[in-house]
Amino acid sequence: MRQDNVIKAILMAVAFSAILGLVLITVFIFKEGMPIILRIGGREFFLSSDWDPRAGRFGIFSMICGSMMVTAGAMVIGISFSLGLAIVLTQFSPPRLTAVLKPVIELLAGIPSVVYGFMGVVTLVPLIRIHLGGPGLSVLAASIVLGIMVLPTVTSIAVDALNAVPRPYWEGSIALGATRWQTTHMVMLRAARSGIVAAIILGMGRAVGETMAVIMVAGNTPAIPHGLLDPVRTLTANIALEMGYAAGDHRRALFATGVTLFVFIMVLNSIALVVSRRGARRTGAP
Amino acid sequence: MRLPPVAAERIVLIVLWTIAAITVGVLLFIIAFILAHGLPHVTWRFLTDSPESMGREGGIFPMIVATGMVAGLAVLIAAPIGVATAIYLTEYTRETRVTAVIRFGADCLAGIPSIIYGLFGFVFFAITLGLGLSVISGALTLSLMVLPTIVRTSEEAIRAVPYAYREVSYGLGSTRWQMVTHVVLRSALPGIATGVVLSLARSIEETAVVMLTAGSALRLPTSLYHSSRTLSLHFYILSREGISMSMAYATASVLVLVVLGINLVAYWLMRRFVASGGIR
Repeated sequence: MRQDNVIKAILMAVAFSAILGLVLITVFIFKEGMPIILRIGGREFFLSSDWDPRAGRFGIFSMICGSMMVTAGAMVIGISFSLGLAIVLTQFSPPRLTAVLKPVIELLAGIPSVVYGFMGVVTLVPLIRIHLGGPGLSVLAASIVLGIMVLPTVTSIAVDALNAVPRPYWEGSIALGATRWQTTHMVMLRAARSGIVAAIILGMGRAVGETMAVIMVAGNTPAIPHGLLDPVRTLTANIALEMGYAAGDHRRALFATGVTLFVFIMVLNSIALVVSRRGARRTGAP
Repeated sequence: MRLPPVAAERIVLIVLWTIAAITVGVLLFIIAFILAHGLPHVTWRFLTDSPESMGREGGIFPMIVATGMVAGLAVLIAAPIGVATAIYLTEYTRETRVTAVIRFGADCLAGIPSIIYGLFGFVFFAITLGLGLSVISGALTLSLMVLPTIVRTSEEAIRAVPYAYREVSYGLGSTRWQMVTHVVLRSALPGIATGVVLSLARSIEETAVVMLTAGSALRLPTSLYHSSRTLSLHFYILSREGISMSMAYATASVLVLVVLGINLVAYWLMRRFVASGGIR
């Protein structure tokens, strides 16, 4: 019994390493990034789009806008495809298609993000440049690439949400003479609503946080884009592009960009957590 | 607006099939495109030579070694910690405030973007702990990044072990630890392995983290404290700086084949686990 307690204590200590990691990350990112935000003022840092590190001017408003635009675009594509796939897999699921789709979605998740970015550069960007105009490296290109990249995440969570709807809901609706599609959108999607919302928000988190693929296709001009065909720089791209040579205040400003991103992500994740908890309580699903 | 339900169903089915077809098409297109352009350049010499003139010629041997070291080490660090966490959460405690806090920590870690991990690894492991841009800094940072995946998959795998197994083990007079190691872990092993293998793939493909923590030196890393360049970062630099498209395609082919291969292994493990009565 004593040996058992020792093992329990050791396991508990190890289990806290996740918390330790989270605390360390938070402390170090804020310690490096907060001082410069406080010094130049939140208003200047967040609301000015004047980013000129050599002149000592650090305003990330254009990057905040950039991240939001790219994420919104990605979600338009990501949500429609992911929900479609989740519905196919859970409500219609023709066995042969399911057998193909499931591994395909998992393999899509496995393709490295640099490869997605590269594919965007060599196929999508020239298409946009030739047929729609502009430099090709654009909000649109980044949105499409990101939309494909968030697809596996959103699909798998939406599938779980739809599978968690109690079976009698489906049976009841079919017994009342509803078609499968009527059952899907009137009963199943409604019952799984909170899980699907959580899936979408987590997908947004993915899109906001993605770095390498975005750098490759977005063009990275630090200015507010005026249309879908303009180049754009996101918060993540700002960090990754300039970290290599930044020093002093410049590096601190990049950490401050990291702080901004970190807060964005934490807010999104908390919303997702609350939404899915509330949903679980209401339907009694796990 | 008001379509007859049966017609609506037909239209919906067509849309859904189209979506499914496009998804499959995108995956096949990406793989085929990369392999068609890259495989002709993947020779034995390419895999075993060092790069020359910044990667314009030569091979990728040092990057393969660096990738193996960084990703392998990351998983070696994260797997024991992750599995121990999962064992604690499932076998050694009830749902209390403590487990809620640990779960919350793991959930938060899972949502943090890789570039933030990169920033953290840079300032904490490379600078504060003085490890520099090195294999070990990269591996430690990556291990933190994949930890939540390993915890989550191990937890699910352990929970899927039927309760009767534990009762039988106790009934035969084993201690809790014997029950965990001899019975629970053994039957949860394929599920745990799936998580570990997926983490390995994620570590290999990760670019932003290694860019900020492991450096980009072209030479062969012979020590954990050497700066190194992994395959994914090498591919990024080759294509982004326009050094050599044929070398970029070839590197991408190797990267895609390795990562997809590992994912297929994970998928196969998972199916075996499910077939053996593991999860639902």
